[in-house]
Amino acid sequence: MKLIFEKGAPGQHLTLLPACDVPEVTLSNARTEPLDLPHVSETELTRHYTALAKRVHGVNDGFYPLGSCTMKYNPKINEDMANLPGFTQIHPLQGEETVQGCLEVLHESEKLLCEVTGMNAMTFQPAAGAHGEFTGLLLIKAYHTHRQDTGRTKIIVPDSAHGTNPASAVMAGYTVVNVPSSPDGCVDVEALRAAVGPDTAGLMLTNPNTVGIFDRNILEITRIVHDAGGLCYYDGANLNAVMGVVRPGDMGFDVIHLNLHKTFSTPHGGGGPGAGAVGCKEFLAQFLPGPMVAKDEKGYHFTVPAHSIGRVKNFCGNFAVVVRALTYVLTLGREGIPEAAKNAVLNANYMMKKLGEKYAMAYAGPCMHEFVMTLVDLKEATGVSAMDIAKGLLDHGIHPPTMYFPLIVHEALMIEPTETESQETMDEVCQVFLDLWDLAHENPQALHDAPTKTPVRRLDEVGAARNPVLRYNAG
Amino acid sequence: MGTYIPNTEAQRKAMLSAVGAECVEDLYAAVPREMLVEALDLPAGCSELEVRQKVTAMAAKNRVYATVLRGAGAYRHFIPAVVKSVVSREELVTAYTPYQAEVSQGILQSIFEYQTMICALTGMDVSNASVYDGSTAAAEALAMCRDRKRNKAYVSACADPQTIEVMRTYCFGSGMELETIPEKDGRTDLSAVTLGADAACVYIQQPNYYGNIEDARAIGEAAHAAGAKFIMGCNPIALAVLETPAACGADVAVGEAQPLGLDIAFGGPYLGFMAATKAMFRKLPGRIVGQTHDVDGQVGYVLTLTAREQHIRREKASSNICSNQALCAFTAGVYMTAMGAQGMRQAANLSLSKAHYFAGELEKAGLKRVHSGEFFHEFVTECKNPDKVLRRLDEAGILGGLPLGEDRILWCVTELVSREELDRAAAIIKEVC
Repeated sequence: MKLIFEKGAPGQHLTLLPACDVPEVTLSNARTEPLDLPHVSETELTRHYTALAKRVHGVNDGFYPLGSCTMKYNPKINEDMANLPGFTQIHPLQGEETVQGCLEVLHESEKLLCEVTGMNAMTFQPAAGAHGEFTGLLLIKAYHTHRQDTGRTKIIVPDSAHGTNPASAVMAGYTVVNVPSSPDGCVDVEALRAAVGPDTAGLMLTNPNTVGIFDRNILEITRIVHDAGGLCYYDGANLNAVMGVVRPGDMGFDVIHLNLHKTFSTPHGGGGPGAGAVGCKEFLAQFLPGPMVAKDEKGYHFTVPAHSIGRVKNFCGNFAVVVRALTYVLTLGREGIPEAAKNAVLNANYMMKKLGEKYAMAYAGPCMHEFVMTLVDLKEATGVSAMDIAKGLLDHGIHPPTMYFPLIVHEALMIEPTETESQETMDEVCQVFLDLWDLAHENPQALHDAPTKTPVRRLDEVGAARNPVLRYNAG
Repeated sequence: MGTYIPNTEAQRKAMLSAVGAECVEDLYAAVPREMLVEALDLPAGCSELEVRQKVTAMAAKNRVYATVLRGAGAYRHFIPAVVKSVVSREELVTAYTPYQAEVSQGILQSIFEYQTMICALTGMDVSNASVYDGSTAAAEALAMCRDRKRNKAYVSACADPQTIEVMRTYCFGSGMELETIPEKDGRTDLSAVTLGADAACVYIQQPNYYGNIEDARAIGEAAHAAGAKFIMGCNPIALAVLETPAACGADVAVGEAQPLGLDIAFGGPYLGFMAATKAMFRKLPGRIVGQTHDVDGQVGYVLTLTAREQHIRREKASSNICSNQALCAFTAGVYMTAMGAQGMRQAANLSLSKAHYFAGELEKAGLKRVHSGEFFHEFVTECKNPDKVLRRLDEAGILGGLPLGEDRILWCVTELVSREELDRAAAIIKEVC
């Protein structure tokens, strides 16, 4: 498909702005280079972007079991609420008395999500999960620094963790200590005991973990870290399995981030914007980024925590994403939140059971909201890899699961159906998976060649990295 | 209670029996019993109509101003109708990061086009796919310039104070040193600091926080003379008429791209853009899209140069960024397409000219500009009683400029404000002052 730069003709444009009604001014160090932007009519513009949209698989296009990404349905009421002019037209530096509704959104969201997570305070400034991790780790750093406990330079991360965990730890100035998982995919408690010490600043963990298992030793794990003087960070990427059922705060975690764009149903926009709300226990609240929102008899107002680490982003974060998440939490309420988690877990177990007829599971069930298959045996028997199965799914209108993650499982496919998928859909999808298994044995080449029905077929990623073409150049 | 769960009770029972569980609680057997939540202290769920009423009531408590003369990092510009129409396409809104390139060509191509437009606007060689906002783009840019010998960032005191604060927070994490370069007459006074052998970079904002145009070329030359990199934080609308960061010698150009078609929306989501020279582009954080071919030789797009990124490099990654602001970058791309070069220049010139007209009217009303020299669409005036002035404007439905301390106001005018509105605001101020 042509690029927008290859369409239209010089001189084509939209008529958008009026003539200048005041004397015109020019700057002395004016731009001398040409400004090469597209030149198209409104018709051409809408057709181009409509054609692009058709070349994207979204949640509304079909099943999207991308493990660890919680691709649940994005309710349309959320969009309507976020697009109210009373939110979209508000300047972030208006006086507090003129933004009471925005402050109420932040304050209510904080209150409700603290209850869901077992935390005492929450900031919505971080824009994404990784940004939340960075923020949370800075809280841990500020805590130790404030106590003049300066020898704590290490963050412990299990080898099954998301790549953002170690990368965030380094950005926060820490050295990463990787601890191996035990054969059941959970934290190796003895390895953890050996890893902690007076240099331990904290532990980063997601529970359920990245293989979809709830770590039954969680209280012991957080106790070991606390006893060593470290703090416990909860990566909330997998909260969808347990929200309303068990709370990170009750597991012994001191600070968490939530991906509002996963668990709390806000859309992912092809890669963002998300929101990485960070919650913490009372003793860490004094370090949160400012401003926070407080309430008194006169209404809501901004306040800056006493020993704030400072801002991590301008203004109040991805506010419109928070409006969507609040709308969702208000819709589901106290019964709906655990109901969603339980159905996410039920759906995952249902698929695990059905796929287990042929596919090998990396770990025995029951699983939480997701499970990991390992296609090592299939690959040995047929030459068909996890990648091939994934590409085969594309020809059936199904978005593949997360591939080759976590790193501790070989030929991994990680499946997370979410609670918003019906039994009928899952039955159909499982049948496709099982048919692909048969196809792998009958005609492996067909899967090496897949996909064939997508707008483009397998792309040369190696070539793209070797000879990077990162922008259009008019010939 | 509201729900988005399709499965009926009967279906759930059938599924439970298929997995061999009696009830769903059985599936949570690994959770220590004492930890299970009995009931959350949350309000009961509600119907869509009730939720709509609740949230709409919150929005109604905010004041929407007909006229906005405040910027300071968030700018209300005209957004063509076609932008929202295109951007609300469900496929784009609901998709994840384009890991599966074959079914994500629309997103990947739109990012490739966005990258091209950011390069066109800035004159830089390579753009990434976006970061969270202008402040985090600036903070990430400092980290790009750091090496073993050079650990100190010099940041103009004329940059947005919130952005400086974000940079400080990032430096608290990384251990990079940050020194501010003092201000003189509303501009960066580089002569007030000595760039040492540890200078990693110099950061300025153009136009700066006070709206003033910096002598960017000279600052860039001084930075390079000291062996430091030069970073410019730019307003993308201004770039349509102002010399580019590339022309000023910038190694990295970043900025807040909210003015490119995004609502002010109480501060977010916004869009951080980042672009670099050929020599620096491998240090860019975040996603980058590249052009390639499929097995049939068809042109296609993929996420590329991923060896910089966290999911491959883990603790050795150049940044932890994973999710970015893809839909906002898409929006900016549609906006720049709709505006074209001509429309972008028109928006810039209208903002520039109207701001100068308003500055003249304010001077007549008794509010003199504080700084000398050229400015874009923001400027600072004296004002003995900012509270009173702003209150009177407020009563007339006008959001006045941002008070800076007790005796100054930072004003902003964009193409959205008509001459009549400016005259009306000036008349009110004349009455007060």
